Amino acid sequence: MKRTVKRLVHGLLGLTALVMLGGARDPILVTEVSQHTIDLQQGFNGTDLLLFGAVLTPEGSRAAQDYDIVVVLKGPTQSIVLREKQKIAGIWVNAASTEFRSAPSYYAVASTRPIDQIVDEKTAAIYELGLKWLQLSPIGAIDPEEQARFAAGLVERNRDAGLYREDEGGVSVSEQVLYQARIRLPSQVPTGKYTAETFAIADGRVVASASSDVEVRKLGIERAIANFSENYGLAYGLLAVFISIGMGWLAGRLFALV
Amino acid sequence: MDVYLPIANLSVNGLIIVGLGALTGILSGMFGVGGGFLTTPLMIFYGIPPTVAAASAASQVTGASVSGVFFQSRRGGVDYKMGTVMVAGGIVGTGIGALLFRLLEQIGQIDTVISILYVVLLGSIGSLMARESIQAIRAERSGHKIAAKKRRHHPMVASLPMRWRFYRSGLYISPLAPLLLGCGVGILTMLMGIGGGFILVPVMLYVLGMSANVVVGTSLWQILFTTIATTMMHALTTQAVDIVLASLLLFGSVTGAQVGSQFAQKSSPVKLRLVLAIIVLLVAARMALGLTYMPDSIYTLAPL
Repeated sequence: MKRTVKRLVHGLLGLTALVMLGGARDPILVTEVSQHTIDLQQGFNGTDLLLFGAVLTPEGSRAAQDYDIVVVLKGPTQSIVLREKQKIAGIWVNAASTEFRSAPSYYAVASTRPIDQIVDEKTAAIYELGLKWLQLSPIGAIDPEEQARFAAGLVERNRDAGLYREDEGGVSVSEQVLYQARIRLPSQVPTGKYTAETFAIADGRVVASASSDVEVRKLGIERAIANFSENYGLAYGLLAVFISIGMGWLAGRLFALV
Repeated sequence: MDVYLPIANLSVNGLIIVGLGALTGILSGMFGVGGGFLTTPLMIFYGIPPTVAAASAASQVTGASVSGVFFQSRRGGVDYKMGTVMVAGGIVGTGIGALLFRLLEQIGQIDTVISILYVVLLGSIGSLMARESIQAIRAERSGHKIAAKKRRHHPMVASLPMRWRFYRSGLYISPLAPLLLGCGVGILTMLMGIGGGFILVPVMLYVLGMSANVVVGTSLWQILFTTIATTMMHALTTQAVDIVLASLLLFGSVTGAQVGSQFAQKSSPVKLRLVLAIIVLLVAARMALGLTYMPDSIYTLAPL
Protein backbone atom coordinates (compact mmCIF):
# COMPACT_ATOMS: atom_id res chain seq x y z
CA MET A 1 0.00 0.00 0.00
CA LYS A 2 2.91 2.28 0.79
CA ARG A 3 4.14 1.81 -2.76
CA THR A 4 0.81 2.72 -4.22
CA VAL A 5 0.63 5.88 -2.15
CA LYS A 6 4.07 6.79 -3.39
CA ARG A 7 2.93 6.19 -6.94
CA LEU A 8 -0.05 8.39 -6.45
CA VAL A 9 2.13 11.15 -5.08
CA HIS A 10 4.44 10.83 -8.09
CA GLY A 11 1.43 10.93 -10.35
CA LEU A 12 0.12 14.04 -8.72
CA LEU A 13 3.54 15.73 -8.98
CA GLY A 14 3.61 14.88 -12.67
CA LEU A 15 0.15 16.28 -12.95
CA THR A 16 1.17 19.61 -11.46
CA ALA A 17 3.89 19.79 -14.09
CA LEU A 18 1.29 19.14 -16.77
CA VAL A 19 -0.99 21.77 -15.35
CA MET A 20 1.77 24.34 -15.50
CA LEU A 21 2.19 23.70 -19.20
CA GLY A 22 -1.47 24.50 -19.52
CA GLY A 23 -3.51 23.99 -22.69
CA ALA A 24 -6.49 21.71 -23.17
CA ARG A 25 -9.91 22.53 -21.82
CA ASP A 26 -10.68 18.94 -20.96
CA PRO A 27 -10.08 17.72 -17.45
CA ILE A 28 -7.00 15.76 -16.61
CA LEU A 29 -7.24 12.16 -15.53
CA VAL A 30 -4.49 10.57 -13.50
CA THR A 31 -4.79 6.82 -13.15
CA GLU A 32 -2.97 4.07 -11.37
CA VAL A 33 -3.48 0.37 -10.66
CA SER A 34 -2.43 -1.34 -7.47
CA GLN A 35 -0.46 -4.05 -9.26
CA HIS A 36 1.11 -4.01 -12.71
CA THR A 37 1.90 -7.71 -12.57
CA ILE A 38 -0.21 -10.47 -11.14
CA ASP A 39 1.66 -13.67 -10.40
CA LEU A 40 -0.11 -16.99 -10.61
CA GLN A 41 1.67 -19.27 -8.20
CA GLN A 42 1.11 -21.40 -5.12
CA GLY A 43 -1.27 -19.73 -2.76
CA PHE A 44 -2.89 -17.64 -5.48
CA ASN A 45 -6.63 -17.80 -5.04
CA GLY A 46 -7.72 -14.85 -7.09
CA THR A 47 -6.98 -11.27 -6.21
CA ASP A 48 -8.52 -7.81 -6.08
CA LEU A 49 -7.09 -5.22 -8.41
CA LEU A 50 -7.48 -1.66 -7.23
CA LEU A 51 -7.87 0.98 -9.93
CA PHE A 52 -7.65 4.51 -8.62
CA GLY A 53 -6.75 8.03 -9.55
CA ALA A 54 -7.97 11.58 -9.73
CA VAL A 55 -9.87 13.89 -12.07
CA LEU A 56 -8.84 17.54 -12.13
CA THR A 57 -9.71 20.56 -14.23
CA PRO A 58 -6.87 21.93 -16.35
CA GLU A 59 -6.40 24.73 -13.85
CA GLY A 60 -5.39 22.12 -11.32
CA SER A 61 -8.12 22.98 -8.91
CA ARG A 62 -10.43 20.20 -7.96
CA ALA A 63 -13.11 19.37 -10.46
CA ALA A 64 -15.97 21.77 -10.11
CA GLN A 65 -18.22 19.45 -11.96
CA ASP A 66 -19.48 15.97 -11.19
CA TYR A 67 -17.88 13.37 -13.35
CA ASP A 68 -18.86 9.80 -13.90
CA ILE A 69 -16.06 7.30 -13.97
CA VAL A 70 -16.14 4.01 -15.83
CA VAL A 71 -13.24 1.57 -15.52
CA VAL A 72 -12.77 -1.41 -17.81
CA LEU A 73 -10.29 -4.22 -17.29
CA LYS A 74 -9.90 -6.39 -20.35
CA GLY A 75 -7.90 -9.57 -20.82
CA PRO A 76 -6.26 -10.75 -24.06
CA THR A 77 -8.71 -11.55 -26.83
CA GLN A 78 -9.04 -15.05 -28.19
CA SER A 79 -10.50 -16.74 -31.23
CA ILE A 80 -13.05 -19.16 -29.89
CA VAL A 81 -15.79 -21.46 -30.96
CA LEU A 82 -18.91 -21.26 -28.84
CA ARG A 83 -21.21 -24.27 -28.78
CA GLU A 84 -24.81 -24.38 -27.76
CA LYS A 85 -26.49 -27.45 -26.31
CA GLN A 86 -29.98 -28.37 -27.41
CA LYS A 87 -32.16 -31.22 -26.29
CA ILE A 88 -32.26 -33.79 -29.04
CA ALA A 89 -34.07 -37.09 -28.46
CA GLY A 90 -34.05 -36.49 -24.72
CA ILE A 91 -30.32 -35.78 -24.52
CA TRP A 92 -28.53 -32.46 -24.30
CA VAL A 93 -26.08 -32.34 -27.19
CA ASN A 94 -23.97 -29.58 -28.70
CA ALA A 95 -26.18 -28.79 -31.66
CA ALA A 96 -25.23 -25.32 -32.86
CA SER A 97 -22.02 -23.36 -32.82
CA THR A 98 -20.51 -20.11 -33.90
CA GLU A 99 -17.05 -18.63 -34.00
CA PHE A 100 -15.83 -15.36 -32.58
CA ARG A 101 -12.52 -13.87 -33.64
CA SER A 102 -12.02 -11.45 -30.76
CA ALA A 103 -13.72 -12.55 -27.59
CA PRO A 104 -11.99 -11.10 -24.53
CA SER A 105 -10.84 -13.89 -22.22
CA TYR A 106 -11.62 -11.59 -19.29
CA TYR A 107 -13.71 -8.46 -19.09
CA ALA A 108 -14.76 -6.45 -16.07
CA VAL A 109 -16.46 -3.09 -16.00
CA ALA A 110 -17.23 -0.92 -12.99
CA SER A 111 -18.92 2.46 -12.96
CA THR A 112 -20.25 5.13 -10.65
CA ARG A 113 -23.83 4.65 -11.87
CA PRO A 114 -25.61 2.23 -14.22
CA ILE A 115 -23.96 2.75 -17.60
CA ASP A 116 -27.18 3.48 -19.48
CA GLN A 117 -27.67 6.50 -17.22
CA ILE A 118 -24.17 7.78 -17.95
CA VAL A 119 -23.91 7.52 -21.72
CA ASP A 120 -26.16 6.81 -24.67
CA GLU A 121 -26.00 3.53 -26.53
CA LYS A 122 -23.83 4.85 -29.32
CA THR A 123 -21.10 6.03 -26.97
CA ALA A 124 -21.31 2.82 -24.95
CA ALA A 125 -20.87 0.80 -28.14
CA ILE A 126 -17.92 2.89 -29.34
CA TYR A 127 -16.01 2.54 -26.09
CA GLU A 128 -17.25 -1.02 -25.37
CA LEU A 129 -18.67 0.03 -22.04
CA GLY A 130 -20.58 -2.93 -20.68
CA LEU A 131 -21.03 -6.60 -21.51
CA LYS A 132 -23.79 -5.73 -23.95
CA TRP A 133 -21.35 -3.86 -26.17
CA LEU A 134 -18.46 -6.27 -26.50
CA GLN A 135 -17.07 -6.34 -30.03
CA LEU A 136 -16.73 -10.05 -30.60
CA SER A 137 -16.26 -10.11 -34.40
CA PRO A 138 -18.26 -13.21 -35.27
CA ILE A 139 -16.85 -15.19 -38.18
CA GLY A 140 -19.07 -15.97 -41.14
CA ALA A 141 -22.40 -14.43 -42.00
CA ILE A 142 -25.06 -15.43 -39.57
CA ASP A 143 -28.27 -13.53 -39.07
CA PRO A 144 -28.24 -10.80 -36.42
CA GLU A 145 -30.81 -12.51 -34.24
CA GLU A 146 -28.76 -15.67 -33.95
CA GLN A 147 -25.63 -13.59 -33.46
CA ALA A 148 -27.25 -11.80 -30.53
CA ARG A 149 -28.32 -15.10 -28.99
CA PHE A 150 -24.81 -16.48 -29.16
CA ALA A 151 -23.26 -13.28 -27.85
CA ALA A 152 -25.64 -13.41 -24.89
CA GLY A 153 -24.73 -17.07 -24.42
CA LEU A 154 -21.03 -16.26 -24.32
CA VAL A 155 -21.61 -13.52 -21.76
CA GLU A 156 -23.75 -15.84 -19.64
CA ARG A 157 -21.18 -18.62 -19.75
CA ASN A 158 -18.26 -16.36 -18.85
CA ARG A 159 -20.23 -14.52 -16.21
CA ASP A 160 -20.96 -17.86 -14.55
CA ALA A 161 -17.27 -18.71 -14.74
CA GLY A 162 -16.45 -15.39 -13.04
CA LEU A 163 -14.55 -14.13 -16.06
CA TYR A 164 -17.03 -11.45 -17.15
CA ARG A 165 -18.12 -8.97 -14.51
CA GLU A 166 -20.26 -5.90 -14.35
CA ASP A 167 -20.40 -3.76 -11.24
CA GLU A 168 -22.68 -0.75 -11.54
CA GLY A 169 -21.80 1.42 -8.61
CA GLY A 170 -18.42 -0.23 -8.16
CA VAL A 171 -16.57 3.05 -8.55
CA SER A 172 -16.62 5.45 -5.66
CA VAL A 173 -15.63 9.10 -6.05
CA SER A 174 -14.67 11.24 -3.11
CA GLU A 175 -14.68 15.04 -3.10
CA GLN A 176 -15.28 15.02 -6.87
CA VAL A 177 -11.58 14.33 -7.28
CA LEU A 178 -10.40 10.92 -6.17
CA TYR A 179 -11.96 7.77 -7.48
CA GLN A 180 -11.34 4.13 -6.80
CA ALA A 181 -12.68 0.78 -7.98
CA ARG A 182 -11.93 -2.72 -6.88
CA ILE A 183 -12.05 -5.45 -9.50
CA ARG A 184 -11.98 -9.13 -8.70
CA LEU A 185 -9.75 -11.50 -10.65
CA PRO A 186 -10.71 -15.11 -9.87
CA SER A 187 -8.11 -17.89 -9.69
CA GLN A 188 -8.93 -19.16 -13.18
CA VAL A 189 -7.89 -15.93 -14.97
CA PRO A 190 -6.05 -16.58 -18.20
CA THR A 191 -2.49 -15.32 -18.55
CA GLY A 192 -1.51 -12.47 -20.83
CA LYS A 193 -1.51 -8.72 -21.15
CA TYR A 194 -4.51 -6.96 -19.66
CA THR A 195 -5.43 -3.34 -20.21
CA ALA A 196 -7.08 -1.22 -17.58
CA GLU A 197 -8.93 1.72 -19.13
CA THR A 198 -10.48 4.58 -17.23
CA PHE A 199 -13.03 6.97 -18.73
CA ALA A 200 -14.14 10.25 -17.20
CA ILE A 201 -17.57 11.09 -18.53
CA ALA A 202 -19.56 14.31 -18.20
CA ASP A 203 -22.90 15.05 -19.87
CA GLY A 204 -22.81 11.80 -21.78
CA ARG A 205 -19.46 12.59 -23.35
CA VAL A 206 -16.12 10.95 -22.67
CA VAL A 207 -13.97 13.93 -21.65
CA ALA A 208 -10.83 12.12 -20.64
CA SER A 209 -9.47 8.61 -20.76
CA ALA A 210 -6.31 6.81 -19.77
CA SER A 211 -5.12 3.26 -19.90
CA SER A 212 -2.41 1.18 -18.31
CA ASP A 213 -1.20 -2.38 -18.72
CA VAL A 214 -1.42 -5.20 -16.24
CA GLU A 215 0.40 -8.41 -16.88
CA VAL A 216 -0.96 -11.72 -15.59
CA ARG A 217 1.67 -14.44 -15.63
CA LYS A 218 2.65 -17.71 -14.10
CA LEU A 219 5.71 -17.54 -11.92
CA GLY A 220 8.27 -19.84 -10.39
CA ILE A 221 7.54 -23.55 -10.24
CA GLU A 222 4.10 -23.13 -11.82
CA ARG A 223 5.60 -21.47 -14.84
CA ALA A 224 8.32 -24.12 -15.02
CA ILE A 225 5.72 -26.90 -14.95
CA ALA A 226 3.56 -25.26 -17.63
CA ASN A 227 6.58 -24.67 -19.89
CA PHE A 228 7.90 -28.17 -19.28
CA SER A 229 4.56 -29.72 -20.21
CA GLU A 230 4.26 -27.58 -23.32
CA ASN A 231 7.78 -27.97 -24.68
CA TYR A 232 8.99 -31.36 -23.48
CA GLY A 233 5.88 -33.59 -23.59
CA LEU A 234 7.84 -36.85 -23.58
CA ALA A 235 10.02 -36.00 -20.58
CA TYR A 236 7.04 -34.51 -18.76
CA GLY A 237 5.02 -37.68 -19.31
CA LEU A 238 7.90 -39.82 -18.07
CA LEU A 239 8.20 -37.63 -14.98
CA ALA A 240 4.46 -38.04 -14.27
CA VAL A 241 4.75 -41.83 -14.67
CA PHE A 242 7.85 -41.91 -12.49
CA ILE A 243 6.11 -39.92 -9.74
CA SER A 244 3.05 -42.15 -9.75
CA ILE A 245 5.00 -45.41 -9.73
CA GLY A 246 7.36 -44.06 -7.08
CA MET A 247 4.57 -42.93 -4.79
CA GLY A 248 2.63 -46.18 -5.23
CA TRP A 249 5.70 -48.26 -4.51
CA LEU A 250 6.81 -46.13 -1.58
CA ALA A 251 3.40 -46.28 0.08
CA GLY A 252 3.36 -50.07 -0.23
CA ARG A 253 6.83 -50.20 1.37
CA LEU A 254 6.02 -47.81 4.19
CA PHE A 255 2.80 -49.57 5.15
CA ALA A 256 4.53 -52.93 5.09
CA LEU A 257 6.70 -51.61 7.95
CA VAL A 258 3.71 -50.59 10.07
CA MET B 1 -5.31 -24.97 1.77
CA ASP B 2 -5.32 -23.39 -1.68
CA VAL B 3 -3.25 -25.08 -4.31
CA TYR B 4 -2.79 -23.54 -7.74
CA LEU B 5 -2.89 -26.11 -10.54
CA PRO B 6 -0.53 -24.92 -13.30
CA ILE B 7 -2.05 -26.99 -16.13
CA ALA B 8 -5.72 -26.79 -15.15
CA ASN B 9 -5.18 -23.04 -14.61
CA LEU B 10 -7.18 -22.65 -11.46
CA SER B 11 -6.77 -22.98 -7.75
CA VAL B 12 -8.43 -25.71 -5.76
CA ASN B 13 -8.69 -26.72 -2.15
CA GLY B 14 -5.83 -29.19 -1.83
CA LEU B 15 -7.44 -31.03 1.07
CA ILE B 16 -10.54 -31.80 -1.00
CA ILE B 17 -8.41 -33.32 -3.77
CA VAL B 18 -6.38 -35.37 -1.28
CA GLY B 19 -9.66 -36.48 0.31
CA LEU B 20 -11.02 -37.45 -3.08
CA GLY B 21 -7.86 -39.46 -3.72
CA ALA B 22 -8.19 -41.11 -0.32
CA LEU B 23 -11.81 -42.04 -1.02
CA THR B 24 -10.93 -43.74 -4.30
CA GLY B 25 -7.85 -45.24 -2.65
CA ILE B 26 -10.02 -46.86 0.01
CA LEU B 27 -12.25 -48.22 -2.75
CA SER B 28 -9.27 -49.57 -4.64
CA GLY B 29 -7.88 -51.20 -1.52
CA MET B 30 -11.26 -52.73 -0.71
CA PHE B 31 -12.36 -53.86 -4.14
CA GLY B 32 -9.21 -54.01 -6.21
CA VAL B 33 -10.47 -51.42 -8.68
CA GLY B 34 -8.37 -48.42 -9.69
CA GLY B 35 -11.05 -45.91 -8.81
CA GLY B 36 -10.66 -43.82 -11.95
CA PHE B 37 -14.38 -44.17 -12.66
CA LEU B 38 -15.03 -42.19 -9.48
CA THR B 39 -12.16 -39.65 -9.50
CA THR B 40 -12.71 -38.39 -13.03
CA PRO B 41 -16.43 -37.50 -12.70
CA LEU B 42 -16.00 -36.10 -9.18
CA MET B 43 -13.16 -33.85 -10.36
CA ILE B 44 -15.34 -32.66 -13.24
CA PHE B 45 -18.20 -31.91 -10.84
CA TYR B 46 -15.69 -29.96 -8.75
CA GLY B 47 -14.90 -27.74 -11.73
CA ILE B 48 -11.67 -29.15 -13.15
CA PRO B 49 -11.67 -29.19 -16.98
CA PRO B 50 -12.71 -32.70 -18.18
CA THR B 51 -9.57 -33.34 -20.23
CA VAL B 52 -7.27 -32.46 -17.34
CA ALA B 53 -9.39 -34.59 -15.01
CA ALA B 54 -9.20 -37.66 -17.27
CA ALA B 55 -5.48 -37.26 -17.98
CA SER B 56 -4.51 -36.78 -14.34
CA ALA B 57 -6.79 -39.57 -13.10
CA ALA B 58 -4.93 -42.00 -15.37
CA SER B 59 -1.66 -41.37 -13.56
CA GLN B 60 -3.41 -41.75 -10.23
CA VAL B 61 -4.62 -45.21 -11.31
CA THR B 62 -1.02 -46.10 -12.19
CA GLY B 63 0.06 -45.31 -8.65
CA ALA B 64 -2.88 -47.15 -7.14
CA SER B 65 -2.12 -50.36 -9.04
CA VAL B 66 1.66 -50.52 -8.47
CA SER B 67 1.66 -52.22 -5.09
CA GLY B 68 -1.09 -54.60 -6.24
CA VAL B 69 1.04 -55.72 -9.19
CA PHE B 70 4.05 -56.33 -6.94
CA PHE B 71 1.93 -58.35 -4.54
CA GLN B 72 0.27 -60.42 -7.28
CA SER B 73 3.49 -61.15 -9.13
CA ARG B 74 5.13 -62.41 -5.93
CA ARG B 75 2.32 -64.88 -5.39
CA GLY B 76 2.35 -65.92 -9.06
CA GLY B 77 -0.95 -64.29 -9.88
CA VAL B 78 0.07 -62.72 -13.18
CA ASP B 79 -0.08 -64.49 -16.53
CA TYR B 80 2.70 -62.50 -18.18
CA LYS B 81 2.07 -63.88 -21.65
CA MET B 82 -1.61 -63.03 -21.53
CA GLY B 83 -0.82 -59.72 -19.83
CA THR B 84 1.71 -58.70 -22.47
CA VAL B 85 -0.74 -59.45 -25.30
CA MET B 86 -3.34 -57.33 -23.53
CA VAL B 87 -0.90 -54.48 -22.88
CA ALA B 88 0.06 -54.51 -26.58
CA GLY B 89 -3.63 -54.14 -27.39
CA GLY B 90 -3.94 -51.47 -24.71
CA ILE B 91 -1.16 -49.36 -26.23
CA VAL B 92 -2.82 -49.55 -29.66
CA GLY B 93 -6.08 -48.63 -27.91
CA THR B 94 -4.64 -45.50 -26.32
CA GLY B 95 -3.43 -44.42 -29.77
CA ILE B 96 -6.91 -44.97 -31.24
CA GLY B 97 -8.37 -43.22 -28.20
CA ALA B 98 -6.15 -40.18 -28.78
CA LEU B 99 -7.31 -39.93 -32.41
CA LEU B 100 -10.96 -40.34 -31.36
CA PHE B 101 -10.45 -37.70 -28.68
CA ARG B 102 -9.14 -35.17 -31.19
CA LEU B 103 -11.87 -35.98 -33.72
CA LEU B 104 -14.67 -35.67 -31.17
CA GLU B 105 -13.16 -32.48 -29.80
CA GLN B 106 -13.16 -30.96 -33.28
CA ILE B 107 -16.82 -31.71 -33.88
CA GLY B 108 -17.60 -30.60 -30.33
CA GLN B 109 -19.13 -33.84 -29.09
CA ILE B 110 -16.43 -35.04 -26.70
CA ASP B 111 -18.29 -34.23 -23.49
CA THR B 112 -21.54 -35.81 -24.67
CA VAL B 113 -19.76 -38.98 -25.78
CA ILE B 114 -17.86 -39.24 -22.47
CA SER B 115 -21.07 -38.76 -20.49
CA ILE B 116 -22.93 -41.37 -22.53
CA LEU B 117 -20.05 -43.82 -22.12
CA TYR B 118 -20.12 -43.30 -18.36
CA VAL B 119 -23.88 -43.75 -18.12
CA VAL B 120 -23.96 -46.87 -20.29
CA LEU B 121 -20.89 -48.58 -18.84
CA LEU B 122 -21.36 -47.74 -15.20
CA GLY B 123 -25.12 -48.22 -15.39
CA SER B 124 -24.94 -51.70 -16.91
CA ILE B 125 -22.01 -52.94 -14.86
CA GLY B 126 -23.41 -51.43 -11.68
CA SER B 127 -26.76 -53.11 -12.10
CA LEU B 128 -25.17 -56.45 -12.97
CA MET B 129 -23.03 -56.24 -9.85
CA ALA B 130 -25.98 -55.20 -7.71
CA ARG B 131 -28.11 -58.07 -8.96
CA GLU B 132 -25.34 -60.58 -8.42
CA SER B 133 -24.55 -59.44 -4.89
CA ILE B 134 -28.21 -59.28 -3.86
CA GLN B 135 -28.62 -62.85 -5.07
CA ALA B 136 -25.53 -63.84 -3.14
CA ILE B 137 -26.75 -62.14 0.04
CA ARG B 138 -30.11 -63.87 -0.27
CA ALA B 139 -28.44 -67.21 -0.85
CA GLU B 140 -26.24 -66.67 2.19
CA ARG B 141 -29.30 -65.96 4.35
CA SER B 142 -31.32 -68.94 3.15
CA GLY B 143 -28.33 -71.22 3.37
CA HIS B 144 -28.39 -72.21 -0.31
CA LYS B 145 -25.21 -72.15 -2.26
CA ILE B 146 -25.20 -70.75 -5.77
CA ALA B 147 -23.43 -73.13 -8.05
CA ALA B 148 -20.30 -71.47 -9.38
CA LYS B 149 -20.56 -70.65 -13.06
CA LYS B 150 -18.78 -73.14 -15.17
CA ARG B 151 -15.61 -71.68 -16.59
CA ARG B 152 -15.76 -71.81 -20.35
CA HIS B 153 -14.88 -69.31 -22.93
CA HIS B 154 -17.46 -67.70 -25.06
CA PRO B 155 -18.16 -69.38 -28.48
CA MET B 156 -17.14 -66.15 -30.22
CA VAL B 157 -13.68 -66.40 -28.66
CA ALA B 158 -13.37 -70.01 -29.75
CA SER B 159 -14.15 -69.09 -33.35
CA LEU B 160 -11.20 -66.69 -33.70
CA PRO B 161 -8.33 -67.93 -35.87
CA MET B 162 -4.82 -68.84 -34.63
CA ARG B 163 -4.40 -70.28 -31.17
CA TRP B 164 -1.76 -69.79 -28.50
CA ARG B 165 -1.25 -71.62 -25.26
CA PHE B 166 -1.55 -69.50 -22.12
CA TYR B 167 -0.38 -71.90 -19.40
CA ARG B 168 -1.08 -69.88 -16.28
CA SER B 169 -4.57 -68.95 -17.47
CA GLY B 170 -5.18 -72.54 -18.45
CA LEU B 171 -6.25 -71.53 -21.92
CA TYR B 172 -5.63 -72.46 -25.53
CA ILE B 173 -7.21 -69.57 -27.40
CA SER B 174 -6.53 -67.06 -30.10
CA PRO B 175 -4.37 -64.13 -28.90
CA LEU B 176 -6.71 -61.86 -30.86
CA ALA B 177 -9.30 -62.08 -28.08
CA PRO B 178 -7.12 -60.57 -25.29
CA LEU B 179 -5.59 -58.20 -27.83
CA LEU B 180 -9.01 -56.81 -28.72
CA LEU B 181 -10.04 -56.66 -25.08
CA GLY B 182 -6.88 -54.74 -24.19
CA CYS B 183 -7.43 -52.41 -27.12
CA GLY B 184 -11.04 -51.66 -26.16
CA VAL B 185 -10.10 -50.93 -22.56
CA GLY B 186 -7.19 -48.76 -23.79
CA ILE B 187 -9.61 -46.58 -25.76
CA LEU B 188 -11.82 -46.19 -22.69
CA THR B 189 -8.80 -45.34 -20.50
CA MET B 190 -7.81 -42.57 -22.87
CA LEU B 191 -11.32 -41.13 -23.16
CA MET B 192 -12.63 -41.59 -19.64
CA GLY B 193 -9.59 -41.70 -17.38
CA ILE B 194 -10.58 -45.08 -15.99
CA GLY B 195 -8.30 -48.06 -15.48
CA GLY B 196 -11.04 -50.40 -16.61
CA GLY B 197 -10.62 -53.06 -13.93
CA PHE B 198 -14.35 -53.42 -13.46
CA ILE B 199 -14.74 -54.26 -17.15
CA LEU B 200 -11.61 -56.40 -17.46
CA VAL B 201 -12.27 -58.73 -14.56
CA PRO B 202 -15.74 -59.97 -15.62
CA VAL B 203 -14.71 -60.24 -19.28
CA MET B 204 -11.58 -62.20 -18.40
CA LEU B 205 -13.60 -64.53 -16.20
CA TYR B 206 -16.72 -65.08 -18.24
CA VAL B 207 -15.77 -64.32 -21.83
CA LEU B 208 -12.15 -65.45 -22.04
CA GLY B 209 -12.67 -68.03 -19.33
CA MET B 210 -9.36 -67.43 -17.56
CA SER B 211 -8.44 -69.30 -14.43
CA ALA B 212 -9.70 -67.25 -11.49
CA ASN B 213 -6.41 -67.07 -9.57
CA VAL B 214 -4.64 -65.11 -12.30
CA VAL B 215 -7.54 -62.79 -13.26
CA VAL B 216 -6.94 -60.02 -10.70
CA GLY B 217 -3.17 -60.02 -11.09
CA THR B 218 -3.26 -59.99 -14.88
CA SER B 219 -5.89 -57.25 -15.00
CA LEU B 220 -3.77 -55.13 -12.64
CA TRP B 221 -0.77 -55.75 -14.88
CA GLN B 222 -2.76 -54.58 -17.91
CA ILE B 223 -4.09 -51.53 -16.01
CA LEU B 224 -0.62 -50.53 -14.82
CA PHE B 225 0.89 -50.46 -18.30
CA THR B 226 -2.14 -49.11 -20.11
CA THR B 227 -2.47 -46.16 -17.72
CA ILE B 228 1.26 -45.49 -18.14
CA ALA B 229 0.72 -45.46 -21.92
CA THR B 230 -2.29 -43.18 -21.43
CA THR B 231 -0.34 -40.71 -19.32
CA MET B 232 2.36 -40.60 -22.00
CA MET B 233 -0.21 -40.22 -24.76
CA HIS B 234 -1.94 -37.36 -22.94
CA ALA B 235 1.41 -35.67 -22.22
CA LEU B 236 2.26 -35.84 -25.91
CA THR B 237 -1.10 -34.95 -27.44
CA THR B 238 -3.54 -33.09 -25.17
CA GLN B 239 -0.82 -31.81 -22.76
CA ALA B 240 -3.43 -32.04 -20.04
CA VAL B 241 -1.54 -34.01 -17.37
CA ASP B 242 -1.40 -31.80 -14.29
CA ILE B 243 1.47 -33.09 -12.16
CA VAL B 244 0.36 -31.08 -9.13
CA LEU B 245 -3.18 -32.43 -9.35
CA ALA B 246 -1.96 -35.99 -9.95
CA SER B 247 0.43 -35.80 -6.97
CA LEU B 248 -2.33 -34.64 -4.63
CA LEU B 249 -4.61 -37.44 -5.84
CA LEU B 250 -1.81 -39.98 -5.53
CA PHE B 251 -0.93 -38.89 -2.04
CA GLY B 252 -4.52 -39.49 -0.98
CA SER B 253 -5.07 -42.67 -2.93
CA VAL B 254 -1.92 -44.59 -2.03
CA THR B 255 -2.60 -43.98 1.65
CA GLY B 256 -6.29 -44.71 1.24
CA ALA B 257 -5.51 -47.95 -0.58
CA GLN B 258 -3.62 -49.29 2.42
CA VAL B 259 -6.46 -48.35 4.78
CA GLY B 260 -8.97 -49.91 2.37
CA SER B 261 -7.18 -53.22 2.18
CA GLN B 262 -7.09 -53.43 5.99
CA PHE B 263 -10.79 -52.70 6.06
CA ALA B 264 -11.59 -55.25 3.35
CA GLN B 265 -10.12 -58.09 5.38
CA LYS B 266 -12.55 -57.40 8.19
CA SER B 267 -15.82 -57.15 6.28
CA SER B 268 -17.90 -59.49 4.17
CA PRO B 269 -16.96 -59.51 0.48
CA VAL B 270 -20.56 -59.90 -0.67
CA LYS B 271 -21.73 -56.79 1.13
CA LEU B 272 -18.67 -54.92 -0.12
CA ARG B 273 -19.67 -55.74 -3.68
CA LEU B 274 -23.15 -54.38 -3.08
CA VAL B 275 -21.71 -51.14 -1.70
CA LEU B 276 -19.44 -50.81 -4.72
CA ALA B 277 -22.41 -51.47 -7.03
CA ILE B 278 -24.41 -48.71 -5.35
CA ILE B 279 -21.52 -46.23 -5.67
CA VAL B 280 -21.11 -47.10 -9.36
CA LEU B 281 -24.87 -46.64 -9.95
CA LEU B 282 -24.88 -43.28 -8.15
CA VAL B 283 -22.12 -41.92 -10.37
CA ALA B 284 -24.01 -43.18 -13.44
CA ALA B 285 -27.21 -41.54 -12.22
CA ARG B 286 -25.50 -38.20 -11.65
CA MET B 287 -24.06 -38.33 -15.16
CA ALA B 288 -27.45 -39.27 -16.62
CA LEU B 289 -29.03 -36.31 -14.86
CA GLY B 290 -26.58 -33.90 -16.50
CA LEU B 291 -27.22 -35.52 -19.85
CA THR B 292 -31.01 -35.61 -19.86
CA TYR B 293 -32.40 -33.22 -17.26
CA MET B 294 -30.14 -30.21 -17.01
CA PRO B 295 -26.58 -29.77 -18.26
CA ASP B 296 -24.15 -27.78 -16.12
CA SER B 297 -24.01 -25.15 -18.80
CA ILE B 298 -25.83 -24.72 -22.12
CA TYR B 299 -22.90 -22.89 -23.68
CA THR B 300 -19.35 -24.16 -23.80
CA LEU B 301 -16.36 -22.62 -25.49
CA ALA B 302 -13.18 -23.94 -26.96
CA PRO B 303 -10.19 -22.16 -28.49
CA LEU B 304 -10.28 -22.01 -32.25
